Amino acid sequence: MLELIVLLIFMIAAGIVAVEIRDLLASVIALGAVGFAVAIGFIMLAAPDLAIVQIVIEVLSVVFFVAVILKTTHVDSAAGRPYKPADIFTFVVFGVFALAFVYFGIRLLAGLAPMSRELGQVASHYLTQGLAETGAVNRVTSVVLDYRALDTLGEATVLFTAVMGVLAVLRLEGRRK
Amino acid sequence: MIILVASLILFLVGLYAIITKRNMIKVAVGFSLMEYSVNFLFAIVGFRPGALPPILQVVEVGKVYSDPLPQALVLTAIVIGLGVTAFMLSLILRLYNRIGSFDLEEIKRLKG
Repeated sequence: MLELIVLLIFMIAAGIVAVEIRDLLASVIALGAVGFAVAIGFIMLAAPDLAIVQIVIEVLSVVFFVAVILKTTHVDSAAGRPYKPADIFTFVVFGVFALAFVYFGIRLLAGLAPMSRELGQVASHYLTQGLAETGAVNRVTSVVLDYRALDTLGEATVLFTAVMGVLAVLRLEGRRK
Repeated sequence: MIILVASLILFLVGLYAIITKRNMIKVAVGFSLMEYSVNFLFAIVGFRPGALPPILQVVEVGKVYSDPLPQALVLTAIVIGLGVTAFMLSLILRLYNRIGSFDLEEIKRLKG
């Protein structure tokens, strides 16, 4: 578990860098570091499928970010500007919310703490009967493509809608020029 | 327990960026950080100490396997997260071409 804690500390540090650094290109690269750390974490957590998908998606998302920044500007002009009283109020509200969030998060997740709970009824059915019922050696695949194929159809629909949205928004820009 | 709390803190870093940053790219970065932390939390919940990946021919007695259900859920969530990020970035690019800045304060000041 120690390596997971080290990885999470790295992720939090890279996340803070991504949020606070002035150069937007550096910020996006730090975000990419967090994403690849998530992929390493998935391997540690016995989820190789997730690691593969996370790496592919992370490369794509960094490419999107960098494409946008290279087309525009990489200087964060808003950074370093003095704060107004309204902003300080925002910080205070965020601080209070963060404390409450962590407190209730700890209370809610206390039942999961040792991560040694038994598998649920549904999960153990998928695990033991998956090969006989679906023929898939990889149980995650059997869940995604057989037991919950309608969810996957919904996912494909969401992705298709997002692509259509991106095309609609960017084509409008092209026509205006 | 420390691991779960650490992923909550990563979530809060993303939320902090969304609430307090005035740069639209930073807000998009915050969204991505929140998404990563939630995905990671789900993968942690499905894991048990010493678990093997749920890729197997026969379930051997005495060995523990990680829960395939949260993994399938996160698989869906990662892909949808990419769609959300791509759409958000295209909107940001469009706003930049219209206004010439990533600054949310300037966008707030505009009328009509």
